Amino acid sequence: MLVDDDQTRLAMMEQALVAEGHVIVVRLDAQADLLAGVTLHQPDVIFIDVDAPSRDTLESLGQIHRERPRPIVLFAARSDAETAHRAIHAGVSAYVVDGLHPTRLSALLDVAIARFEVHQALSRELSAANARLADQRDIEKAKGLLMKRRKIDEEEAYGMLRKMAMDRKQRIGDYARLLLAASDLL
Amino acid sequence: MINGLEKTRIRLGMLPLADAAPLIVARSCGFFARHGLEVELSAERAWAALRDKVAAGVLDGGQMLAPMPIAATLGLDGVAVPMVTAMVMSLNGNSITVSRQLHARMSQHLSGASDAGACATALAAVIAEQRGKGERRPVFAHVFPFSAHHYELRMWLASADIDPDNDVQLCVVPPSQMVAELESGRIDGYCVGEPWNEVALQRGVGVAVATKHEIWNNSPEKVLGVTRDWAHQNPNTHRAMVAAMIEAARWLDEPEHRNEAAALMVSENVLDAPAASIQASLRMRTGGIVFHRGAATYPWRSHAVWFILQMLRWKQCWMAPNFSDIASDVYRCETYREAAALIGEPCPRADYKSEGARLSGSSTPSTDGGSIMLGSDAMLDGSIFDAADPLGWLKLQRHGLPAVGYASLQFANVRQS
Repeated sequence: MLVDDDQTRLAMMEQALVAEGHVIVVRLDAQADLLAGVTLHQPDVIFIDVDAPSRDTLESLGQIHRERPRPIVLFAARSDAETAHRAIHAGVSAYVVDGLHPTRLSALLDVAIARFEVHQALSRELSAANARLADQRDIEKAKGLLMKRRKIDEEEAYGMLRKMAMDRKQRIGDYARLLLAASDLL
Repeated sequence: MINGLEKTRIRLGMLPLADAAPLIVARSCGFFARHGLEVELSAERAWAALRDKVAAGVLDGGQMLAPMPIAATLGLDGVAVPMVTAMVMSLNGNSITVSRQLHARMSQHLSGASDAGACATALAAVIAEQRGKGERRPVFAHVFPFSAHHYELRMWLASADIDPDNDVQLCVVPPSQMVAELESGRIDGYCVGEPWNEVALQRGVGVAVATKHEIWNNSPEKVLGVTRDWAHQNPNTHRAMVAAMIEAARWLDEPEHRNEAAALMVSENVLDAPAASIQASLRMRTGGIVFHRGAATYPWRSHAVWFILQMLRWKQCWMAPNFSDIASDVYRCETYREAAALIGEPCPRADYKSEGARLSGSSTPSTDGGSIMLGSDAMLDGSIFDAADPLGWLKLQRHGLPAVGYASLQFANVRQS
């Protein structure tokens, strides 16, 4: 999906992408209804001008379709090349600077998708790792609490925690947090 | 005062809206210059573009929607470059406008009062009627996922037991396209800042049914934001910038200056809207835009906590943050007080205040030993929010259920003793 008001730039991008075997599902101007466009055409990648007002609409799309995010390629005028380079470091999938040779577009598209996938995998791993860390920390604390209150040893405390979590069909980390929150209220 | 500035030439971003006035005034009336700053303003066309440019360092900072720096710091906005604010640029100023057609249907259910609450109830009746006839749900637009507009719209709907996620469809439309979208019938209503409610009114396209002030009296709208790193690297420039902006806000709240400010915005061609709409947007009136009165520029941390709660309530936030850690990290009361000291501006001693309990103005102790009159802060749904017990407020809400369990939230906010 391409979103731009500049017809020349649109044509150039389309030509370059089609030449590389990509399919342009839809071309929209910046005033068009992006939400409907994305729902209808289900693009794999969205190309949009960094300064398009409808970027805010696209942001909300990212919020709505959190379970199925799409890589977004931003392109900017040459004068904003600095934005481009820094944005890549800031985590935006990829920035295409206007005035690039058309043959490089497709390569950038691949870079954008690859980057996006790495980013997605990383954030998945990161949240999983964070959850594991939090679980370990909270299980330790809950164990400590049980050991103190029930005057039992570590192994018994862990066994008790595990059994209570299993009885309630909860993850042990979640149950540990529940226990800690409850004890905080007492 | 000018000595010690880490940076004197700065570029700030803004969106073409009436409440960008403090930036225009600070530059054009010489407040920035007086503090040794040479400021270039860059009119951006989207909040996302402004955010990216500030994150990337192409802009030093800029006007932001009050929840934006919080979303950035929590890493919810996809870019995740932590941001801070040490100054609120404006209170109030948004309204919810509905199309003439929708207003006509709502009017059939309105008898007598037509305030924000009565209009929401009338909308609920129209939605029930539409559902019976198999008509499509009304579509309401706001301007950005992390905006006060978004939360105000949801709060207004929820106040009449309308479920914002199921009974209506919400979407994002850039402010300058709102009126055209309403006219085309693609949307049935919107929550936007001025002058776009005034424009709809003057063109006979829509009718305002609720103001931000009615939904939450004197609540924060725009802030002056920079990245956390920038604030760390440029503390003196940051203070000078905030001091100049407080002076601009003070100037703007002298009634005789409002028309002058409107004329300035027209002559500088900031807004693509008729001069009459811009003037009407900035006119001083109850519930209108406030720039300075009642410690308006002070970044209350209770506001930050309230915004985090909205992100949780409406499932934008998928983790359990520590409320006070985030609020003190993002809303920089200390920097504000230091900047205020440069210009002899009295400011509140407290970092937090209760929200919703002030039905009229009340005073709070100030740093100069005196007191400051604060404006009312009542909420449409009558709720009172105590920043010391944010989860208590969250539990009372009928619509909206956090994606994060209460136990995790409680645990993340256990006071470390």
